[in-house]
Amino acid sequence: MIRVTNLKKNFGRLEVLRGISCQVEEQEVVVVIGPSGSGKSTFLRCLNQLEAATEGQIYINGVNITDPRTNINKVREEVGMVFQRFNLFPHKTALQNVALAPIKVKKIPPPQAEEMAMKLLTRVGLEDKAHQYPDKLSGGQQQRVAIARALAMHPKIMLFDEPTSSLDPEMVGEVLEVIRDLAREGMTMVVVTHEMGFAREVGDRVLFMDEGLIVEEGPPQELFSSPKNKRTQAFLSKIL
Amino acid sequence: MDFRWDVILNNLPLLFRGVSLTFQLTVIAVGIGTIIGLVFALMRVSHFRPLVWLAKGYIDFLRGTPLLVQISLVHYAAPQFVSQLLGRQTNWPALISAIIALSLNSGAYIAEIFRGGIQSIERGQMEAARSLGMTYGQAMRYIILPQAFRRSIPPLGNEFIAMLKDSSLVSVIALHELMMAGRVIAGRTFRPLEVYMAVAILYLLMTMTISQFVSYMERRLGKSDQSD
Repeated sequence: MIRVTNLKKNFGRLEVLRGISCQVEEQEVVVVIGPSGSGKSTFLRCLNQLEAATEGQIYINGVNITDPRTNINKVREEVGMVFQRFNLFPHKTALQNVALAPIKVKKIPPPQAEEMAMKLLTRVGLEDKAHQYPDKLSGGQQQRVAIARALAMHPKIMLFDEPTSSLDPEMVGEVLEVIRDLAREGMTMVVVTHEMGFAREVGDRVLFMDEGLIVEEGPPQELFSSPKNKRTQAFLSKIL
Repeated sequence: MDFRWDVILNNLPLLFRGVSLTFQLTVIAVGIGTIIGLVFALMRVSHFRPLVWLAKGYIDFLRGTPLLVQISLVHYAAPQFVSQLLGRQTNWPALISAIIALSLNSGAYIAEIFRGGIQSIERGQMEAARSLGMTYGQAMRYIILPQAFRRSIPPLGNEFIAMLKDSSLVSVIALHELMMAGRVIAGRTFRPLEVYMAVAILYLLMTMTISQFVSYMERRLGKSDQSD
């Protein structure tokens, strides 16, 4: 479903990604871990071209999204993204946040889009907050609205960029619960996270990144209990 | 010392006509300036170099030269240029020149106000909008500009007040706005003290009314959104 070959990304002289190749199958949940500065977020942001790749190819459902002739907006409709800092639209209510893109991008009639938005908010447990503005919601609630907003475009793939890193500890659970449900329903996902327990539980496969490369990958049980690479061992011994 | 109230009272109709024209000029200039400003601000933040340069050139020229010179350019220099181009005498009324000069000038300042507003919006807003499949234009229109516009209201209020005062400069092309009305009355009555005091107070009343209105707008619009 996603195929990445030799992806490189430079910011000026700084080489953030130094040749990443990997594949993500349909319905697979891939968790990306690694120390900060290892390039995990940049890698994720390349997958919907929020960062343009310097070199290499990324295919999503067979479409080469690094090709400048590809209509990236069409691709992004199929690839939802959830950000560390939520990035809800502060001038829109929760419901409007969710319904806006379907109305403007997919040209779905507003009443229909709002009905669907309401269903999604119900699914993330926030139907009673539908008409609140984001600044009236807690971090955990904002992030759940952000997930509903991404789901409203009916994406085939969901990207999560450290979705719980800016949450207070007591709110991490409610957000992970929503992501867990998605995994169970068979959504294809790439999740960058520092929640190792969560990675172990929902991940089908874990990628360990360091210094712009995928250093080691494998099923979570294997990678967490018997890491082969020294850098993986060092990283895991620090955080587990 | 005698202060001749009757000089002011007798000339109130003329002064009020001046107030009216000053106010209309300002509203029109800031109105057109807002459209010009929006266009140039969008060019200024675009990623297409020639547009950026064009916008910069426009903004620098109009902010870096005196308004009085700009008014003279529009009213005297431009007609000469057009006359030579067409080979026959061409000119246009002072009112048209005043509106053009004030709008162009105000457009440059408002472009910078909008640019500041747009750039003050967190980058994540554009990213979130684009990640949902919106085009750059859609993201600007539905996400960035509404927020940027809200933040631009206080400086836009200041610009309105500044323009109201600066519009007095068009008196040099003999347009009967408030300043010109004052000059005419003072010349006729030889009572500059009374006349210019009255003119000053009328300007003050107008600017105070506007700043009241702006802070009212701020409070109203502030209610529905203020997060970050």
